[in-house]
Amino acid sequence: MQYLVSVIDDKTNPGRDDREPLISAFNERLIADGHWVFAGGLADTDAATVVDNRGDEPMLTDGPFVESKEFLAGVWIWEAPDLDVALALAAEASKVCARKIEVRPFL
Amino acid sequence: MNGAVPVNETVEAVARAHRDEWARLVGSLARRFGNLDVAEEAAAEAFATAVARWPTDGVPRNPAAWLTTTAQRKAVDRLRRENQRDARHREARMLHDDTPPEPLGLVDDDRLRLIFTCCHPALAMPSRVALTLRLVGGLTVPEIARAFLSQESAIGQRITRAKAKIKAARIPYRVPSADDLPARLSGVLAVLYLVFNEGYLASGPGTDPVRQDLTAEAVRLARLVRELLPDDGEVAGLLALMLLTEARREARVEGGELVTLDEQDRTRWDAALTAEGHRLVRERLVAAAAGTAPGRYQVLAAINAVHTSARDVRDTDWSQVVALYDQLARLDPSPVVALNRAIAVAELDGPEVALALVEHLGSDLDDYHPYHAARADLLRRLCRDAEARAAYDRAIGLTGNTAESAALTRRRDTLR
Repeated sequence: MQYLVSVIDDKTNPGRDDREPLISAFNERLIADGHWVFAGGLADTDAATVVDNRGDEPMLTDGPFVESKEFLAGVWIWEAPDLDVALALAAEASKVCARKIEVRPFL
Repeated sequence: MNGAVPVNETVEAVARAHRDEWARLVGSLARRFGNLDVAEEAAAEAFATAVARWPTDGVPRNPAAWLTTTAQRKAVDRLRRENQRDARHREARMLHDDTPPEPLGLVDDDRLRLIFTCCHPALAMPSRVALTLRLVGGLTVPEIARAFLSQESAIGQRITRAKAKIKAARIPYRVPSADDLPARLSGVLAVLYLVFNEGYLASGPGTDPVRQDLTAEAVRLARLVRELLPDDGEVAGLLALMLLTEARREARVEGGELVTLDEQDRTRWDAALTAEGHRLVRERLVAAAAGTAPGRYQVLAAINAVHTSARDVRDTDWSQVVALYDQLARLDPSPVVALNRAIAVAELDGPEVALALVEHLGSDLDDYHPYHAARADLLRRLCRDAEARAAYDRAIGLTGNTAESAALTRRRDTLR
């Protein structure tokens, strides 16, 4: 079972910036325990571009598809046997990143 | 089969089997077929079949075995039908359970798995309540909707969504590990306590002030959890708390008015429930003396045991009650606990001391009607009638319980 694990940051109350060594160590453990599928941090939402080609020609819009105080700062994909395992890892991830974490199953 | 039996006996037999076997049936079907939907519907169909067949065929010698066989046949039929329709779809709906039964030192019962799944912390509280009442308690969707003054469609949707999340997110169907058990169990007890409290002080204007159907269901579920986890102190504590509260039910409402503890006719308290509650509290006191620190339900039960031990309100050991509230405040330093402690302090040290404590809580509890009711009573006892009247008005405006509103109004109208 795979879960999309989103790291949620908050523009008005951002998480700390000194987490890299801790996150790297956590990733090493995810790999060693067979949970790691993918991980990636994301550039600022200002760097996003929305493409809409449902009409006659592609429309490009500068910025994220939704402006909000909270935004996606990075994602993991984890392999876990069930939600309890994923939630226990997410509790650690939230401490390690000093940010909120959303856990969502893939279909 | 025993041959045809009178209809009312059959109805009674079905009702008894429903009470005793529903949760076990749903629990075992869920494990065997890996799917809560299939388990719920097959169990319901088995009971519907019993209602149709037992009056003519007679009540089977072993109703539990008959229901299990019938329900399993229904489940297999249904899965076969669905399988033909869409095999892959069915597979995606399967609950996950490849864990071998672990020797946990715990009772590994299907009903316990079912309870922990229904009360999973990843589900919203109202969903946990609805799912627990449906799958463990065996209440129908219309019964649950009536209990919580909701639309049937809303409750039905809530249950469907919760089951869908259990499947999609793969919430496991198992008893939590020993490490996780205390935290997860406290979530289960919170669900049962919420059901009980809604019955104890029903919040709606269009309903009876005390909902015995809900308190009785909560007691029944608490007994079940106690049967499954007999060594857990908080389970015993919650059951004792419910029993000692339920024991006073008959005396709590008089002529449509809520009667406070000090004014209740104590001869109307249920002696059997009181005795059972006291036995549980004594059991926990022995454990506490042996070094097991009690949790909040055990302390709340002990407070209720002090009250129910007094034949007359004047015999109440208030210093004991205050000491227990001190203990509770250390476990749960919330303003609500501080308020209840202050009410006990009023009996020990007088209303003036208590009022000083209560006034500190105003910023936290301004929307909480018991705060205004307690403050009003203290002001009344201090003959500060104008302030008492204003406080009663706030309390009346905030309570949703008809009997409580009537009692507060009467007390307000005794003021000059």
